[in-house]
Amino acid sequence: MNTPNKKIKKELTVEQKISRRNFISFGTFGVLAAGAFGGWRWLYNSPLEKAGITAGARKPLRRVLNSNEAVLRNVVFSENNLVKTYPKELAAKHARVNSYIGIEDEKPFDHETWKLNVIKKGGEVLQIGLDELKTLPKTEIVYDFKCVEGWDQISHWGGVSFRDFIKHFKLDEYAKMEFVGMETPDRSYYVGLDMPSAMHPQTLLAYEMSDKPLPLHNGGPLRLIIPVKYGIKNIKRIGSITFSNTRPRDYWAEEGYDYYSGL
Amino acid sequence: MKAIKEKHSLAMRWCHWVNFPVLSIMIWSGMLIYWANDEYSFTIFGHTFFRFFPDWFYTTLKIPHRLSEGMAFHFLFMWFFTLNGILYLIYTVISGEWRELVPKRNSFKEAWLVLLHDLHIRKTAPPQNKYNAAQRIAYTSIILMGFGSVITGLAVYKPVQFYYLTWLCGGYHFARILHFALTLGYVFFFVIHIVQVILAGWNNFRSVISGFEIVNEEPKPLIKTVKNDEHSE
Repeated sequence: MNTPNKKIKKELTVEQKISRRNFISFGTFGVLAAGAFGGWRWLYNSPLEKAGITAGARKPLRRVLNSNEAVLRNVVFSENNLVKTYPKELAAKHARVNSYIGIEDEKPFDHETWKLNVIKKGGEVLQIGLDELKTLPKTEIVYDFKCVEGWDQISHWGGVSFRDFIKHFKLDEYAKMEFVGMETPDRSYYVGLDMPSAMHPQTLLAYEMSDKPLPLHNGGPLRLIIPVKYGIKNIKRIGSITFSNTRPRDYWAEEGYDYYSGL
Repeated sequence: MKAIKEKHSLAMRWCHWVNFPVLSIMIWSGMLIYWANDEYSFTIFGHTFFRFFPDWFYTTLKIPHRLSEGMAFHFLFMWFFTLNGILYLIYTVISGEWRELVPKRNSFKEAWLVLLHDLHIRKTAPPQNKYNAAQRIAYTSIILMGFGSVITGLAVYKPVQFYYLTWLCGGYHFARILHFALTLGYVFFFVIHIVQVILAGWNNFRSVISGFEIVNEEPKPLIKTVKNDEHSE
């Protein structure tokens, strides 16, 4: 820049101007490109997060997943946004079975002894049998089940809406907490859900599939159908339900996946 | 006599060179995601000509079994891709540079003549300003495609919360197909773009970094009055 007191320098020739501008622009370009490349190497080689409730993702990327979740939960999510439903005829007769984690049996599963355990404050356990659940109003949904892998399938489920479940068993004060945790009886598969998603009107504790009792490999006797989440959150064969203000453990969030996994 | 002719604004150059690595990362992380359920193939009358992608392609690029990683990268760089695109759009509209970019009434006819010229079938090309007719169409298309990728991406990312976008894109399945096809479009664009840049030569390439081209003309008085302060901004 010229200042008024400064002696006016000799006009640069076109050649000088060209080489000067080339020098500055290519220099800047090179520095920025090197910086960008360095930034990428830093990100790509950044260490994995410390294993806890979430694990397996690069530290900075986990932070971004969590920030995205904050935006999605606070700005985007609304329980008034309903999952698209379909006529029954479009539902697959046999829903795809993609995983047996948590429902692998050494001896045949005993329907009679299965109870849903709702863990209340002070360690009190509310045990609920399937027959009791079936006395509650039945809610059905035919929707497009979406897997995080990329496949999806229209399927038909019947059961108790989670809202009705909470109301019937007088768990309203628990529903004011931030999270719900669900685990299989063998505790080898487990999910954590934010309360607004769990209390979404289309979330079901399902005991029927295609108008028939829920088959064991599809999650019988009772599974979660939570259409506002990817399939990984739709836990099969629920053994226990807990409530908390911190994130409950989650099987796939420990494997590098987004904890929220909402749709 | 040699003269400096201003060509590309700093904003355009910035957006271009930010977009290039960001889009590359989006395509790569998108392939990590796509691998987990690679269902698309090209089939006509029951005969499958090819599927996306062959196994050697996946293994060479180390794509298999990286779904969670792909999603984590994709959902970070989506922000940069979108913000950079918005920045470019705002700048192009406000600066008036869109006038040099969007196709004109006769651009579609002229683009054909440009193509014939580029293929050495026709000797002369139609007169042009900054961009020729084919460039106007291609560069405007690529901006629209970027917009399409964001919309179809959101439609696939949160199909319940952004149900109206999913509906607009013709449903979840069609939104995914569009999202995938747009990516193929970028790769196709990239190949043509690189060939054209190489053919156009150094003077043209440099202008996307330095901002100016060197032309041979009688120096206009304007040049003389320019102070020797920075033009490269």
